[in-house]
Amino acid sequence: MTVTHELHSHELPQKERMIQETAAERLERVGAAAYRIRHHALNMGEVQGQGYVGQALGAADMLATVYSDQLRFRAEDPEWEARDRFLLSTGHYAIGHYAALAEAGTIPVTELETYGSDDSRLPMSGMSTYTPGMEISGGSLGHGLPIAVGMALGLRYQGSSARIYNFLSDGELDEGSTWEAAMGAHHHQLGNLTAMVDINALQADGKTDNVLRTEPVTEKWEAFGWYTQRIDGNNIAALLAAFDNAAAQAAAVGRPSVILCDTKVGRGVPLLEEREKAHFMRIEEHEWKTCREQLTAGYEGKDAL
Amino acid sequence: MSAAAVSTGPAPKLKTSAMIASFADPGQKTASAPFGHALVKAAQENDKIVGLTADLGKYTDMHIFAQAYPERFFQMGMAEQLLFGAAAGMAETGLIPFASTYSVFAARRAYDFLCLDSAEPNLNVNIVGGLPGLTTGYGPSHQATEDMAIFRGMPNLTIVDPCDSIDIEQAVPQLAASDGPTYLRLLRGNVPTVLDEYDYTFELGKAKVLRGGNDVVFISSGLMTMRALQAAKALAAHNVDVAVVHTPTIKPFDAATVLAEINTDRLAVTLENHSVIGGLFETVASAIVTAGLGKRVVPLALPDQFLDAGALPTLHDRYGLTVQKIVAKVLAELK
Ligand SMILES: Cc1ncc(C[n+]2csc(CCOP(=O)(O)OP(=O)(O)O)c2C)c(N)n1
Ligand SMILES: [Mg+2]
Repeated sequence: MTVTHELHSHELPQKERMIQETAAERLERVGAAAYRIRHHALNMGEVQGQGYVGQALGAADMLATVYSDQLRFRAEDPEWEARDRFLLSTGHYAIGHYAALAEAGTIPVTELETYGSDDSRLPMSGMSTYTPGMEISGGSLGHGLPIAVGMALGLRYQGSSARIYNFLSDGELDEGSTWEAAMGAHHHQLGNLTAMVDINALQADGKTDNVLRTEPVTEKWEAFGWYTQRIDGNNIAALLAAFDNAAAQAAAVGRPSVILCDTKVGRGVPLLEEREKAHFMRIEEHEWKTCREQLTAGYEGKDAL
Repeated sequence: MSAAAVSTGPAPKLKTSAMIASFADPGQKTASAPFGHALVKAAQENDKIVGLTADLGKYTDMHIFAQAYPERFFQMGMAEQLLFGAAAGMAETGLIPFASTYSVFAARRAYDFLCLDSAEPNLNVNIVGGLPGLTTGYGPSHQATEDMAIFRGMPNLTIVDPCDSIDIEQAVPQLAASDGPTYLRLLRGNVPTVLDEYDYTFELGKAKVLRGGNDVVFISSGLMTMRALQAAKALAAHNVDVAVVHTPTIKPFDAATVLAEINTDRLAVTLENHSVIGGLFETVASAIVTAGLGKRVVPLALPDQFLDAGALPTLHDRYGLTVQKIVAKVLAELK
């Protein structure tokens, strides 16, 4: 696939793009994007010697699905009026979002190494005022969905058919503002709004179950009137199916949809998958190389070194 | 793109902007988690004390208390309105809650719950705010540059801006013992120990003269008192004699002590880790005007703007909080 074709295809509604490739080709394309996003995240983490690498690896498949398959955008024109909106509510997941924006072509891959450094356009916590393609500043958790509700109302009122995706973490389900927005979206029948929740079962002080139990999550969203799907967020086929379902029922006036994605912190790098889960995962200097090798080996189907 | 092409490893290390950046100087004497240990000690003497947090126990040193008193610790999840609403509820039952989160979330998100549920009924709810002022490089979402400006308007609330581990250790039992709500601008992790070198004890509501000096008087609070003391030493090398007055209690403010020091012909400078709007400078300025003094005061504070993201030392330099910047400012004023 040539770059021009790729850029062009992101402007088409998702349904029209699908017919250009087989299901297997599509899976392979999104899987390759997720793989590159993971490498980008590891490289960014290594430059900083820290960062939310575990989260980025866990959410890479969700981000790849959105950016390489679902979202309508112009990589070189992030302000394109007709674009779908992707709102990163979880500011500290910016490392994953930057990787996805690099994969999408909105920011140069070479710029990723400035992640979190002085005067970089890629601060540790995502901000719309710093980064092209970053719609909101989301570090204070629980802001994304309320803003998404406003964007959905505003775009619909102005006759736009653009979709609004809001990425949020399971920790953000603790915040009352998220549920106020969930009610608002249903009340206003914001059928072009899709929330995607990274359920990695982790928050700052430990396991979500021990910090503030959010389960049963599916039933909560259903009770709020949302079209609710819960899937393995590290299974690209399942992600594509769920996003396709959400797209099929999207409408200017209709039910908002939520895709609840169970993911694994550190996914794709066994060394990190097996490490004790922590909000700030420690990765020693000598381990980064192993991480990259394991990621590559896993993707290429070989045994890790 | 091939696997090899994306696996080529990163470029050289650049400066980091860690969330939990320490502002201790290399080799400086520090104490580990002074707040957590002080709360444990206070709790040994007062069984009404309880601890709460909003998914930031590890990041506000509340985990020390949680380990010591698991049955007196309540994890409220990342729900700050719940945290402070529930703290008020616990205080209504006679307990003395210390509830921790970052300053931004206490001041901005939970204000209504603090104001009406704790301050209006004058309950003994103790707000513990991490990352006050500019103590993280994470940008405006985490930088509580206007926390004192927000909180100063809340009736009944006592505001404490400690300098170091000594201040924190001594403040915690006094906060527990005082009626009504309090706000502590927490310094966490390895916190510098500075005030042990001076004839000093923390007294809630009192300003203290840490050192005398004939040419300049610094009025400072929080970590800027540490910088003020360092700058005073550095200015001595320029033959500038600097007094330092530490005002760890911002509200109620010890105007008597401060005005007595201000009302001289020395150059007066306020130093604070906070916006120039609504913090120590304006507290001092209003005390001066109220007393009918016509004294000029030079503010050393954060600018009235949303600050950059970046490494903390870079940002402290950029916004004038470093010893070097203080010295330069004072020398320029004296020219
Ligand atoms: C409103 C708000 N409260 C607290 C925080 C501090 N904080 C940052 S990340 C985090 C954990 C939130 O859970 P989640 O996003 O699921 O964490 P992760 O999976 O990345 O460990 C907390 C409490 C914040 N950024 N915003
Ligand atoms: Mg999580």
